[in-house]
Amino acid sequence: MKRLKEFIVEWAVKASGIVSIVLVALIFFFLLKEGIFLFKTQGAGGFLAGRNWYPISEPPGFGILPLVLGSLLVTFGAALISIPLSVASAVYIAEIAPGWLKEVLKSTIELLAAIPSVVLGFIGMMTVVPWIRSTFHVPTGLTAFAGSVVLAFMAMPTMISIAEDALHSVPRMYKEGAYALGATHWQTIRRVILPAASSGIVAAMMLGIGRVVGETMAVMMVTGNAASMPKGILYPVRTLTATIAAEMGEAVQGSDHYFALFAIGIVLFVMTFMVNMAADLFLHRRRG
Amino acid sequence: MMFTPRVTQKIAFGVLLAASLVVLLPVGVVVFVILKNGLGAISWEFLTEMPRSGMREGGILPAIVGTFCLVTGALLFALPLGLFAAIYLSEYAGDNRLNRVIRLAIVNLAGVPSVVFGLFGLALFVNFFRFGASILSGSLTLGVMILPVIITSSREALESVPKSFREVSLSLGATRLQTIKHAVLPHALPGILTGTILGVGRAAGETAPILFTVAAFYLPKLPTSLFDQAMALPYHLYVLSTQVPNVEAKIRYGTALVLLAIVLLMNLTAIAIRSYFRSRKKW
Repeated sequence: MKRLKEFIVEWAVKASGIVSIVLVALIFFFLLKEGIFLFKTQGAGGFLAGRNWYPISEPPGFGILPLVLGSLLVTFGAALISIPLSVASAVYIAEIAPGWLKEVLKSTIELLAAIPSVVLGFIGMMTVVPWIRSTFHVPTGLTAFAGSVVLAFMAMPTMISIAEDALHSVPRMYKEGAYALGATHWQTIRRVILPAASSGIVAAMMLGIGRVVGETMAVMMVTGNAASMPKGILYPVRTLTATIAAEMGEAVQGSDHYFALFAIGIVLFVMTFMVNMAADLFLHRRRG
Repeated sequence: MMFTPRVTQKIAFGVLLAASLVVLLPVGVVVFVILKNGLGAISWEFLTEMPRSGMREGGILPAIVGTFCLVTGALLFALPLGLFAAIYLSEYAGDNRLNRVIRLAIVNLAGVPSVVFGLFGLALFVNFFRFGASILSGSLTLGVMILPVIITSSREALESVPKSFREVSLSLGATRLQTIKHAVLPHALPGILTGTILGVGRAAGETAPILFTVAAFYLPKLPTSLFDQAMALPYHLYVLSTQVPNVEAKIRYGTALVLLAIVLLMNLTAIAIRSYFRSRKKW
């Protein structure tokens, strides 16, 4: 009887573990199942490289190039802002901050990660968007730049906490060796600790960027939603994620429009999957 | 001009400190702006009444209740499953190929964009299982989304229990299951609790996964069954701030305040539990 109970529990927990694999497979399968229909009426080339996203005109256009470029533009801007700030504060937290300040910084960054994206989007609309409008004298503050600013702050908690772990896992001996040679603390950080932690830091940056690519609500609220080819960082754009969120409500189930939105989901899934896999490789290289 | 190493270090550390403070800036701005503009909207009526006149007046009760239902549903799905998976990974799994694939799957599940979870929920729960846009579909979608959060944090909590605890229990003749139940789980409980609260906070604040699986634009009544649509706080805030013209700013900020307060309180609780038990930890 006891044996049987042990056996059942062992299988139950194993099955629960396998559920994660099943879920990832199911997500991919159901995206494919719906998205694949688009390619019956439209080639993959026209979908990925088409410059016109007119899902409800006659004839409709399902080219996602403007959306891909919109996502890339916003992501690139967010990376430019968030990477230097994240590396700097990860170094500060891991190496320099006194104990109490370290706790304050870490807890506050955790709270930043917890703020719902719709709240950040709302505050972005109320603060960043009018600021951009008046500072750069543009007709609307709802721009790719606004998206970059808001998303930069959403990426930072991920980047900082993983980069900080990487810095912490640098063996103590490296640091002591540098001190013994007469290096200052800063020289040690710059020449010894940062290079030793570099692959972990790269992984942290990639995971943060993966989060930016997939972010939806905040970016939809502040980027202005113009589904045309992006003209620049101070113009409205539309990202891949925002397109799905904004249009799925109106798309008729079983229409080409509906399938096209699932096809965008496939693109997003594949993009984030690759980023996560690559980041995982970098993290393991660090350990090896 | 060359600086001495000591001066260079002073400058560098100053720059790093400044960067760290910039990262804190948005938390301050968000909390300050929302408190300043939203506190005036909070009243007993705002929290306990139905919205009126196309959401321009009245309260947000159905959105609060909806979010509560969704979070409870997500937790009922994700907590047992996530805890079991964590027990498997930490206590049973060796280092074979299956377990490496499970770990990779969890990493990837954590990285799936929230709107893709929404598409998945729409295709699987709403259409394939024919649950329709309902609390059931929304809860399951949110549950799938927070599953990796719960697995990862529970696993860390279980793995931080020293190996010797298990060895002593096993050497006393306890079975593996008894060891887990009596020697490992009690010590991992605070960590599991912390992770669960963080997962719940995430589920309460997410909008994209519920857009097409449950969320109702304007539904001034309380849900009565699992198959009802429902309003939810994050979606309500989105609707108020982008879809409905001429809403008083006060109502928008008030809604944001309620949502932010729920999520931040959960996180502060999690932080408090963690630091309390960390200070009492004996090993």
